[in-house]
This record gives sequence, structure tokens and C-alpha cells, in this order.
Amino acid sequence: MGIQTPNGFNLDNSGKRIVVDPVTRIEGHMRVEVNVDADNVIRNAVSTGTMWRGIEVILKNRDPRDAWAFTERICGVCTGTHALTSVRAVENALGITIPQNANSIRNLMQLALQVQDHIVHFYHLHALDWVDVISALSADPRATSTLAQSISSWPLSSPGYFKDLQTRLKKFVESGQLGPFKNGYWGSKAYKLPPEANLMAVAHYLEALDFQKEIVKIHTIFGGKNPHPNWLVGGVPCPINVDGTGAVGAINMERLNLISSIIDRLIEFNEQVYLPDVAAIGSFYKDWLYGGGLSGQSVLAYGDVPEHANDYSSSSLKLPRGAIINGNLAEVFPVDHANPDEIQEFVVHSWYKYPDETKGLHPWDGVTEPNYVLGPNAKGTKTAIEQLDEGGKYSWIKAPRWRGNAMEVGPLARWVVGYAQNKSEFKDPVDKFLKDLSLPLSALFSTLGRTAARALESVWAGRQMRYFQDKLVANIKAGDSSTANVDKWKPESWPKEAKGFGFTEAPRGALAHWIRIKDTKIDNYQCVVPTTWNGSPRDPKGNIGAFEASLLNTPMVNPEQPLEILRTIHSFDPCLACSTHVMSPDGQELAKVKVR
Amino acid sequence: MPTSSQADRILVLGIGNILWADEGFGVRAVEEFHRRYAVPENITILDGGTQGLYLVNYLEDADRLIVFDAIDYGLEPGQLKVVRDEEVPRFTGAKKMSLHQTGFQEVISAADLLGRCPKHLALIGCQPLDLQDWGGPLTAPVRDQINPAVALAVDILAKWGVEAAPRTASLPESERLLANDIDHIHYEMRARPA
Repeated sequence: MGIQTPNGFNLDNSGKRIVVDPVTRIEGHMRVEVNVDADNVIRNAVSTGTMWRGIEVILKNRDPRDAWAFTERICGVCTGTHALTSVRAVENALGITIPQNANSIRNLMQLALQVQDHIVHFYHLHALDWVDVISALSADPRATSTLAQSISSWPLSSPGYFKDLQTRLKKFVESGQLGPFKNGYWGSKAYKLPPEANLMAVAHYLEALDFQKEIVKIHTIFGGKNPHPNWLVGGVPCPINVDGTGAVGAINMERLNLISSIIDRLIEFNEQVYLPDVAAIGSFYKDWLYGGGLSGQSVLAYGDVPEHANDYSSSSLKLPRGAIINGNLAEVFPVDHANPDEIQEFVVHSWYKYPDETKGLHPWDGVTEPNYVLGPNAKGTKTAIEQLDEGGKYSWIKAPRWRGNAMEVGPLARWVVGYAQNKSEFKDPVDKFLKDLSLPLSALFSTLGRTAARALESVWAGRQMRYFQDKLVANIKAGDSSTANVDKWKPESWPKEAKGFGFTEAPRGALAHWIRIKDTKIDNYQCVVPTTWNGSPRDPKGNIGAFEASLLNTPMVNPEQPLEILRTIHSFDPCLACSTHVMSPDGQELAKVKVR
Repeated sequence: MPTSSQADRILVLGIGNILWADEGFGVRAVEEFHRRYAVPENITILDGGTQGLYLVNYLEDADRLIVFDAIDYGLEPGQLKVVRDEEVPRFTGAKKMSLHQTGFQEVISAADLLGRCPKHLALIGCQPLDLQDWGGPLTAPVRDQINPAVALAVDILAKWGVEAAPRTASLPESERLLANDIDHIHYEMRARPA
């Protein structure tokens, strides 16, 4: 039966149903069901988070100054960005300002996370959707070297280097322990790279694995420890003592120099390895421009990386802020987190209960009450669902909407907003990337475009790190070593009731926390995370979310090997751990694909 | 069992999510180990949380690894099991064991692929009872296994020729592995809001 959604997509669930559960190589547990037509083209898509979300419940009555430590634990991949969002929410509620050094250090930590996450996402979670590891075994190392040298001046590119690597890879594969390379549909016709490009990409997979650990040293230095760095309401917890030599935890010149050298290296890696790889791989997939979904239509960016401490207005934020709807890039709307009519969450298709489910709730008034019931056409049982009924409740993810619109968030959304705002630092790299591949602007709105935007953003973020590092050092040299404002640290100085919000651009998209404080304790705490936006189920009007929209009209080579589904879903860098919570402990099973 | 040479670096790691009831076993066990024992310089104690692939650099730096984790062996809730070396799952299709097996298995494989996997591994696992209680504390049968699990780690270290000495003075708050209300005692005290 065919229907058209209010946001303009045609859905037809009459064809064969394919279930992918779980979607692998993501954080958390998610499931996708699609219907394909007689030509194996996807005509209906249903995405569900099969986990329950409840940080809201656990934070009630805690000290707001500790909320960051809890939110840092929600998820294994964006720990720091949740913590930053949380301290900003508390500062917003209580009117706490932070010193300029703290702003620079927070930006450096946030940008370092951005770069590390983008690199790890591309090479370790996403590249294998484009790169056939087994095919790399048949590459000619000499031809691989020629290819590598033709796209970049990166020094690790000799025939001997690729030969050694191929031998190591062969040994690893022959030992039977595919490890990180399991769950691949190796040999599928959906892979289009020649063996040499595959070998080059595998080499960079390993180099990236080795390099990403350098980046996190920035978190260790500024956050005192890793993998769970410390944060502080009112600033940052690291004191600055440039003349100090061995003071525990203090930032001295030696540490600032170490950070500076890491920044130089990550800029080099971004520009000589990551971006050239994405362009090279993209050049083989120019005819595979599926997966655009909402990206050419409705995108949302909160903005981040404030130039000036405590100024979160669009003019201060270096990552763009704004909303675009109906594909009209000529108009970028302002976004207000405090306006009850803008961001609202709906639950008519989510496993929660509202007093009136035709209406959405602004996060300050958010309710998180579970209600696990299946729709009348679901198949299976509540503990073993065979097929979801998207006409009823079908996901643990709520459906956030901006002024009623389903929105895509993430690197591509940010870059589309920056492009629409005609900002040259976003527009020029996009135009150059497309021109180099001889692609039109419309190609940006695709799975490939999402992957390219992430690489362009990593390059951008590396350069911004250089800027903020220089700014930090200059300010310290000018005599300002302040990193924290403790004027309102004591709860006695707080009002009886307060509310606030904090936002960031997490690597995978717009993230915000809303807090209500009453009698110095948390009264209500709501997180709307990027994967809630992108992975949302339908709303009362029937609008579909970004994941579902992105899968439509994609042809599959072989529905039993859902590589195309994984490629597009992975391009969002989904993270289900914080949008939801585990319902059953079977998340580590190999992907099951069921064709009905 | 070979004893460690003086230079051997040892990593004592706890993994899991403290917000998911018994999923937090690994982190709580390493937290308790750190609270009770002082260790020589060559031992690193780490709360790995759910960091997955980001832990690979810590493994690379270690010659030997002890890891605490919640495992699903289909045993009685609270039952402990120690797994060694090659048995620590690193092969595709291994029996379901760790709740984030894919994650940690990949960490081991990745270290291996880089040619720098610890030579000796010991997994101290505990069978969970409840994983669905978001925000809940460890269940009693799992909580009761923290001390025995810590004792097993001390024993393994001793066999490796390294002594973990009971702390003579209690650990100051600033040096605890987890703070800001998410340490075990404070977390559980108010884990179930009224």
C-alpha cells in the first residue's frame, strides 16, 4: 500500500520485508526494517532503537554540579561532549560565566574530540562499507604506491611499505581471526574499489588506529585523566602555571608545547591522509549518490565553538547555527532552545506515555515514562519481535521536531547551514571537493556527501585547534592564568528554582541538555541527542525521520547482504547508547538478516 | 605460569557501564581494587568504562592484562569465572561472553593487528543477574563477588611475581578512581530516586 508522508516521501510496504538486527559497528543497539520492491529497491524504511532511555530518571535529585559525570557515562564515544553540554546547561541555569582561558580550553577539547571521532568513525566504523578488505590481499603493492603518491605527499607510500602491510594483513586473515574485519560482506558487487585502493585504505585504517591515541592526549592533559576527563561548572579543572615544572595536573609550557605538536600532526593527517582518502574513494562511487534523505530538505545545526567566552549567539559561534526547511537554502532560520514552540518531542510511535500524544513536549517539560506495547500488526512477541508495526509504537527513541519538521543533524547539516549562510570557510571547501570530482551541488545531499562533510569538518577543526591554542598561549603570556570562576560554586548562592539549557555540536550532530533545578537539586533533566533527531520514528502527522528517509529509493545488489543499508546508516555515525538503553543483552550477536 | 620480568608493564582494567546495573561490575571491581591496594610503578589501573576501540593504546602499552567484566556464560548469577590468554575471546564466532564482547574483542584484535597485544591476558568475569535496570545499582549476588574478584586479581598478580600491597592509609577522595557522586558508595546510596 502506498502513502505519501507530509514531508514528501512515498512509502510502500507491500514488498518483501528485510530485517537487519542489530546494525553492527555502531555504539549501542539498533534495528532497521525495509520493504523492497520487485527490483530490490527500498520503498519503505523503519528504524528503531531497541533500547530504553532513562538518564532523566537517574539524575533526579542529584547535585547539578555532578551531572556532567553521569552524562559522561551514557556513551562510550562522545563522553566529553555530553559533559560539556551538561556544564553549559548548569551555567546557563545559574548565570555562571567562565574565563576566556576556560573557553579556549573547552574549545580545544571539543575540537580534539571532533577530529578523533571523525577519523575513528571514517576508518574504523565506516570505511569498511566502501572498502573490501579481502580484495586488498590481491593488490599490487607497486601500483598501490603509485596510486598513493598520486593523491598525496604523505610519506608512508613506498611499494615496500604496502608489501609489508599486505603480508601482515594476509597473516592476520589466514590466522582466522578477522577481528575488526568480521561482519563484512566481502566480495559483494556493491564494493567498487580496485584492489590497490582497498590496500591503501587498509594501510590508513591501521595508521589511523595508531594515530588516534595521540589526539586523546589533549584530553588527558586538559582533563586531568582519560578516558573519562574531568569537567567543572564555572570553567575547567586544570590550573595554569606556566613557570611550573612538576606541579601535578597544572598546565605548563612543556604541556602546551606537547599539545601544539599534536595539533600540527593531526592537521597533517587530516590534510594528507583523511581528506585525500575520502576523495579517492568517492571518485569510485560517483554513480552511487543515494542516501540523501532529509539532508537537501530540512537540516538543523545548533552551532558551537564560541569565539568569545559566554557568548553563544550565532555571531560568536564558529560552527554555524540555524535551521533550513523545505529545501530552501535561501533562508536560514534562527534557533531558540528556550522557545517552547520550537524543539518538541513526540511519542505517538515511541514506547513512552504522554497525557496527550497528539502534542509534543518541550524538553523543559519533558516526560520519560515507558510504555512498551506493540502495534496490532507486529509479528512475534514482545521479547522476540519478528516484524515491527510502524503504524503503532515501534521505537525507544522519541521523535524530536523543530517547529513540527523532522530534521537531519550532523556534519552534513552543519556544512549545509554554513554553505547556505555563504560562509567561505564552509562554502569554498565544499565547492572545491565537488569540483575535483566533477560533481554538481546536488551530489552533496547523499551518503557520500555526509561522509565528505565529516572529512572536511575534520580539516576545519584541526585548523581551529591551531587558532585556539595560539589564542590560549597569547592570553596566558599576557598575564591571564584564570581557568575557573567559583563565585557561584556554593549552592547557597543559587535561586530556589532555576532552569537552563546547554548545547554543543557533538561529532554526530546537535546535542542539547535541558535542566530544571529546585532547592539546589536536579528536578528535571532531559537530553535530546543527535541520534534521537536522526533516528527518530514517525510523528503524529506521519513525517519520517532522517534514517528512514535516507534509505528510501536505494537499490540493493543483494537484500541478503544489506551493505547499502549499513553504508547509509553508518554515514550518520549513529550512537544509540545515549538515545536509548539496552533492552536485551544480545547486542553482540552477529548481524541477523531476515528476508520475509 | 611464567612470572613477569621486572620491566613488564601490567594493565588492570575494568570495563562496563555503571549506569546499567550489573553491567557496571567491571568498573566497580577495578574501583575497589584501586581503593584497597597500592601497586608498584609498572602497574596501571584503569576504569575503561565503555570506551571500546579507544582503549587500544592502553593495551598496546601493556605486556600483561587483567580485565574485570560482566560476562554471559549462562552461569548462576554472581558466579565468577577466570579466562586466560587465548581463551579470552578474540575469534569471530566465539561463544557469547562479554556483554560488550564485540567492543572488547575488537580492541584485542586491533592491538594484535598493530603487533602490540599483551602477551598474557586474564579475564575475571562475573555472571550478571540484571542488565535492564537503568540507573539501578549492582544486584546483591554480583555485588557480593567484588571482593572475591579483587582477591583473584591479587592472586594472579602474585603468580606473575608482583605484589599488590593493602593500603595502610585510606585513599584520599581526590585520588579515587571515580568521583563526583558516581563512585560506588554515593552512586548506590541514591541510585533509586524516591
